Amino acid sequence: MILNQFLLLAAVLFCIGVYGVLARRNGIMVLMSVEIILNSVNINLVAFGAFRDHVAGEVFALFVIAVAAAEVGIGLAIVLLIYRNRRSIDLTEADLLKG
Amino acid sequence: MTPAGVLAAGAASGDLFVAQNVFFGVIALVMIVSAIRCVTTRNVVHAALWLVLVLAGAAAQFILLGSEFVAVTQVLVYIGAIIVLFLFGIMLTKASMGDDDSVAGEKRLMAGLVAVLLAVVMGIALVDSYSDTRVVIDEPQRFAAVSDAIFSQYIVAFEAVSVLLLAALIGAIVVARKE
Repeated sequence: MILNQFLLLAAVLFCIGVYGVLARRNGIMVLMSVEIILNSVNINLVAFGAFRDHVAGEVFALFVIAVAAAEVGIGLAIVLLIYRNRRSIDLTEADLLKG
Repeated sequence: MTPAGVLAAGAASGDLFVAQNVFFGVIALVMIVSAIRCVTTRNVVHAALWLVLVLAGAAAQFILLGSEFVAVTQVLVYIGAIIVLFLFGIMLTKASMGDDDSVAGEKRLMAGLVAVLLAVVMGIALVDSYSDTRVVIDEPQRFAAVSDAIFSQYIVAFEAVSVLLLAALIGAIVVARKE
C-alpha cells in the first residue's frame, strides 16, 4: 500500500470537516464536524506509525481519542447551556461578545 | 506461475497488496460519501447516523494499517459512547431546526471555497512529499507493545490525559446542571 492513499483520504476528510465547521449553524453539527476532523488526524497518526513501524503513532492516536471524548462532553454541555438560556442552538445568534 | 502465486509472491515482497488496496478504495469511498452527507444533510439525527459510517470506516482503515487496538478503541469510544452522547444532545436540545438557506447561502459558498483551497494545497504538498512512499505491514502491532509504550515512555502524557478527563467530567456536570 502507498502511504499517500491514507494521507490523501485524511486530507479530504479534514477538508470536509472544515467545511462543516464553517458552513453549519447548528451547534451540534459543528461538534460533529470537529469529530470528523479529529478522525482524519487519527488516520494520519496511525498511517505514519505503520510507515515508521513505531508505536508512537498508535499511542498518540489513543490520546487524541481520549481528548476528543472530553471535548465532546464539554462541548455538548455548553450547547445545552446555550439552548437553556436562549431556546436555540443557532450559533449565528450567539453573538453577545461581538461588541 | 499461477496468477494466485504471482499475487502471493507480490504480496510477500510488499510490492502488491491487491486485496488491501481494493478494500481501502471501497472503505475510503464510503467514508468520503458519508462525511459529505453528514455535513450537508438537513436532519441532525441523520447526520449523527452518517457520522457512525465515517467512524466505522476509520476503524476499518486502522485494521488495514495493522493497528487493531486503536480500531477496537475507536469502535468502543466513538461509536459506543460519543455517538450516544450526540444523540442525547440532539434529544435534549430538540435540534430539529434546519439551516436557513437564504441566510446561509453566502456562508456555504465561502466555506466550500475554503475547503476546496485547503484540499488543493494539502493534496499538492502530500503528492510532492510522499508520492512513492510505501507502507509495508509485516505483522500487526501487538497490544503489549502499545501498553508498554503508554506505561513507560508516555506515562506523563497518560496521567495528564486522566486528569484532563476528570476535569472535563466535573466541568461538564458544573456547566450543564440546573441551578
